[in-house]
Amino acid sequence: MTELVDATRIAGPAPAGARVSLEGLVRTYGATRALNGFSLAIEPGEFVALLGPSGCGKTTALRVLAGFERLDSGRVTVDGRDVSKVSAQHRDMGMVFQSYSLFPNMNALNNVAFGLRMRRQHATQRRQKAGELLELVGLSDQASKYPHQMSGGQQQRVALARALAIEPRVLLLDEPLSALDAKVRAELRDQIRQLQQRLAITTVFVTHDQEEALSMADRVCVMSAGRAEQTATPAALYSRPTTSFVAEFVGVSSRVPVESENGSVVLFGERCRIRASDVGLPDGPLDALLRPEDVTITPDETAKPFVTHKSFLGAITRVIVQVEGVAVRVDVRSDVAADIELGARVRVAVVSRDVLVAQRTATRPGSTQ
Amino acid sequence: MASLIPDIVEDALVAVPEAPGRRRRPRLRVWRAVVLFIAGAYFLIPIYAGLRFSFENDAGHLSLYAVKAIPSEPGFSAAFWLSMRLAVVTLALTLVLMVPTSVYVHLKLPRLRRLLDFVTILPIVIPPIVLILGVLRAAPLWLRASPYLLSLVYVILSMPFVYRSLDAGLSAIDLKTLVEASRSLGGNWLNTLWRVVVPNLRSALLSATVLTLALVLGEFTMASLDLWTTLPVWIYQFQQVDAHVSTAVSMVSLIGTWLLITLIVSLDRSQSRRTRRRTNNS
Repeated sequence: MTELVDATRIAGPAPAGARVSLEGLVRTYGATRALNGFSLAIEPGEFVALLGPSGCGKTTALRVLAGFERLDSGRVTVDGRDVSKVSAQHRDMGMVFQSYSLFPNMNALNNVAFGLRMRRQHATQRRQKAGELLELVGLSDQASKYPHQMSGGQQQRVALARALAIEPRVLLLDEPLSALDAKVRAELRDQIRQLQQRLAITTVFVTHDQEEALSMADRVCVMSAGRAEQTATPAALYSRPTTSFVAEFVGVSSRVPVESENGSVVLFGERCRIRASDVGLPDGPLDALLRPEDVTITPDETAKPFVTHKSFLGAITRVIVQVEGVAVRVDVRSDVAADIELGARVRVAVVSRDVLVAQRTATRPGSTQ
Repeated sequence: MASLIPDIVEDALVAVPEAPGRRRRPRLRVWRAVVLFIAGAYFLIPIYAGLRFSFENDAGHLSLYAVKAIPSEPGFSAAFWLSMRLAVVTLALTLVLMVPTSVYVHLKLPRLRRLLDFVTILPIVIPPIVLILGVLRAAPLWLRASPYLLSLVYVILSMPFVYRSLDAGLSAIDLKTLVEASRSLGGNWLNTLWRVVVPNLRSALLSATVLTLALVLGEFTMASLDLWTTLPVWIYQFQQVDAHVSTAVSMVSLIGTWLLITLIVSLDRSQSRRTRRRTNNS
């Protein structure tokens, strides 16, 4: 990865990140409610990822924040000031787009200097600043190249430099890595995160890639049907999902049919508490949602469950075990998994004594996500 | 038919019998040459006839008298400059009107594109004589007294070509993202249009310019009915005085327009080359 220079030296003193608040945002397109009362508070200098499946409203929320979409109701405030009616031009928000958005008629340097030109900065100053920002993203040797002469990764780095050049109050990233190949994506992911931390700039990042969201963000807001399902740190989101949607969308889960009774279920012969937030579900048939690392297996010739598949993932191996017709995914240390043959009988147990449950799906019980 | 195909082509047919896709290629090439020859003859024979007539005197001998006489013929300069002025004004009006309109429709009202497609085709469907008679009846007197009424009508006439050029140009770029990028960086609409959109429409604007100029410099019916002596009207009128000079002017006008178009296109190409070279050297 390109070595980073001192970001604060180049971009000037770190601007105090802005506090952003999205309150009850509603945006409809015909009969479709893209945002349905979406709310989110972002602390100064925080990196928040909006994560969700296609059509969940995450991009609409970002575009509302940028000023590209009008609101039907709700309001957007930046540092306490209502900017809902302020045009995109005057919001001071730098944005990096999903598609390559560099101006094709300008070279990299002029692209980065564009925002400064719009702010009527002197030509010498803006060229110097643009040059420094290109250095910041490790592209000072590409200053005179035009967009069509650069790779996708280089273009997105120039776009990032261009967005940072105006010293924005909020940095908006609309799936900027989705068009890049895996290696470049990983490099740029690190670079964006490091820059954001050094500049302490409030950043909102839209993605449908959970790995990106979990590895980059301070907090992740999982969205569904135009609303925030859960906003939490990546660790909390993964280990303590509050809804079944989040549990299934973030990470890998196996669905195991269970019967609930008085706030508990019996899972692989052990009684487990139902996690607090889902206690409201009535007694009866439900699905328990299990992470691969929440389940353990031990070889036992007398047990009924047996191993049907093994995938080597490096330090761990993901093993699929058939338990009464249900496929359960289990993560096992690879050195241990090496001794487990396909078809071997194993005893299955849960690590955690409280489990997340969801309404039983109409699909085949035990299907894995 | 076989006799039309040269031996070399027949050899080629025999040489590659195994490739069914290729087998037809030599024959296609012959047909291409035939079509090209017929089309070329269709265009070039009248030009040749015109040129030959321009370089003849009344006695049918080769002579430069008609070409030499052009600048001094009564009314020629006035007609020439009027046509030039009309071309420039028409072009300016067309671009100022059509560029923002097309951009706005692409950005904000994409559903109107189909309607605009239809509306802009109307000037081709409506005969020019109907259009100009209507305009002459409706226009106020002060406008009827000005030759620039013609420019206003020419704007309408050039719309089908200009809109289609711009529409193709706008469809070829990611207009929405470029505009939003500019806006988020603090660009107002004018700056966005001037510094971001227009430079990326260079080829579209060029073809719109060429088509508009060619249309204005060759338009006869409307100018004649509006009683203004533009270059085509002068050529027609002067035919009755001296057909050789009149034909010579039409030839010069044809070559002049062609040179102008070549100049504009080559300027565009040299600018692209300069950009490429500058970037390669860096």
